[in-house]
Amino acid sequence: MGKTPAAVIGVGQTHHRAKREDVSMAGLCREAMDRALEDAGMTLDEIDTIVVGKAPDLFEGVMMPELYLAEALGAAGKPLLRVHTAGSVGGSTAIVAASLVQSGVHKKVLTVAFEKQSESNAMWALSVPVPFVMPVHAGAGGYFAPHVRSYIRRSGAPTHIGAIVAAKDRTNALKNPYAHLHNEGTTVESVLASQMLWDPIRYDETCPSSDGACALVIAAEDVAAASPNPAWIHGTVMRSEPTTAAERDQVNPQAGRDAAAALWKQAGITSPIDEIDAAEIYVPFSWFEPMWLENLGFAAEGEGWKLTEAGETAMTGRIPVNCSGGVLSSNPIGASGMLRFGEAALQVRGAAGEHQVDGARKALGHAYGGGSQFFAMWVVGADKPTN
Amino acid sequence: MSRTLSAPVTVSFDYTRSVGPVIGRFLTGLRDAQFVGARLSDGRVVVPPPEYDPVTHRATADFVEVAETGTVTSWTWVSEPVAGQPFDRPFAFALVTLDGTDAPLLHAVDVASPDEINTGMRVRARWAAERTGAITDVVFVPDTGTATAPPPAAGEGDVTGIVTPVSLDYTYAASPEESAFFRGLAEGRIIAQRCPKCQKVYVPPRPACPVDGVPTVEEIELPDTGTVTTFCIVNVPFLGQKITPPYVSAYILLDGADIALQHLILDIPVEEIRMGLRVKAVWKPREEWGTTIENISHFAPTGEPDADYDTYKHHL
Repeated sequence: MGKTPAAVIGVGQTHHRAKREDVSMAGLCREAMDRALEDAGMTLDEIDTIVVGKAPDLFEGVMMPELYLAEALGAAGKPLLRVHTAGSVGGSTAIVAASLVQSGVHKKVLTVAFEKQSESNAMWALSVPVPFVMPVHAGAGGYFAPHVRSYIRRSGAPTHIGAIVAAKDRTNALKNPYAHLHNEGTTVESVLASQMLWDPIRYDETCPSSDGACALVIAAEDVAAASPNPAWIHGTVMRSEPTTAAERDQVNPQAGRDAAAALWKQAGITSPIDEIDAAEIYVPFSWFEPMWLENLGFAAEGEGWKLTEAGETAMTGRIPVNCSGGVLSSNPIGASGMLRFGEAALQVRGAAGEHQVDGARKALGHAYGGGSQFFAMWVVGADKPTN
Repeated sequence: MSRTLSAPVTVSFDYTRSVGPVIGRFLTGLRDAQFVGARLSDGRVVVPPPEYDPVTHRATADFVEVAETGTVTSWTWVSEPVAGQPFDRPFAFALVTLDGTDAPLLHAVDVASPDEINTGMRVRARWAAERTGAITDVVFVPDTGTATAPPPAAGEGDVTGIVTPVSLDYTYAASPEESAFFRGLAEGRIIAQRCPKCQKVYVPPRPACPVDGVPTVEEIELPDTGTVTTFCIVNVPFLGQKITPPYVSAYILLDGADIALQHLILDIPVEEIRMGLRVKAVWKPREEWGTTIENISHFAPTGEPDADYDTYKHHL
């Protein structure tokens, strides 16, 4: 039996900030949920089920926060699911929610993902020492920096490519009122002049630490028919692989390549760069833009940086990437993947505001997590899928 | 001797929790020696106030001040209190329905023995002398009919957050294969294992090859020399960091291994560290050795010519 069509009919997000001391975790989630419901023209009572996502519990020190959140999120008396796949969780949560509709189990699903990084310290939470092992770990930046160096070596990319990405995404964020960072006047030069944190990654090439949430309302075909601008789901794929394995390719991971190939096939796309009008790609460190452009098949291996350098990933380029400002401008970790999926939906709904790509019909939402071992991605379109 | 090595790990952090306007109102009340509840859309009065109404899902807004006396509706005896509980002596946890409310509050009752508490018993709040706006600002005691005025509150303004110290004690256990590796290090040896299927050599060894899923039983010993495949220079300080920055965290492909090991590179200016650099382990003095990779202080250049890119490029 095939999937039944499903569409995103509501998107909501918080104003992402370093510290949202004005709200609790429940309040943060509800802020995004209430906006998504308003966008969908729906009330919480109409929702069949709620799917929650967030990254490791050590980030807030609340074990299984979905238990405490259930009532505040309006889940009492309904099925409540929590999804966890590290940094990609926002994406996989949206995919789980979509699958509940595509399978015909539910018609109206609300999904919300969040992180309240101000309650703790992500560097600490990701670097808890393990006995007997060399304590050289230094958070996510320390993990990914060597692989960025590997990419630069393998591709022969000029060393300022990362700065081009950072300047572009920070400039795009100025058009997104919800973005955490609104750093006026970020240039390639200013990024290159910022402090080297985890050489080769500079301060301005890293994502901020944010409090924030994102919510989506995903509905079945008959419900979505009433929406003025549904974002139809054309394909969803998740893949994973071991964190460490002999000769594992951490620059261009197999799971990401396989996921992308399956996604394009599902969505009936033969040339991603020609057929995708806007891409929201999970880029927490600037160099991951060219790396994922290759992993996703927008460019051949070793060629991704050429698209970036030529300005093809800017809003006016051939494949606009992260018009919202991306993870580099807002990073409530658990929500970051769902923000990519939600921003892709906003683009094809023509609802992205100042960062709208004119006439976007098909968009990609992408997330990855762990040590580049979890991948989640979807394609949404303005038209109902024909396949 | 146990097959596996284990060691204690404590994970602790003082979480800074923002409580939002509704729980904040309740905690502000506690600081001011006053129970604050909410009237819900169905008419019930509940303490603490839920953040959102369970029926309308709207944010709670109808706050009511509630009596500090109530009735025990159920209870349990804590004969052996643990760290962080309201008392360091035996006490009761009870469901207390405050007068004028419709649902019980879970809290501690200060009585010396289980004979001194029963369902239906009347209790009264005893406020702490110094209150910060936390649930620990109050406990319950048997109601003798007389109220004592609490000392005035110290703080001003609304309570918006609390600090929640969390401390978890674990016993970390290494796998039998890793344990063999760490025990080997205690003898100055580097033990690896080969996958019988893909022939890849894993160091440290693990219970199964992550690609083929079969046990990697064939044990081999590796030299303490290798090649830097890739690395990063950590310049950023962070909470809990064990090594003072700047330091170089490198992937080192030991000669004969098919997977790189993460370790420190020293004895070379940071700007001279490069991919392909040949390195050798610098061991700590033998009397300092334990069952840990930290027996190797760091890796240092061997002085050999750099490894050819083709010899390690498939590890990048």
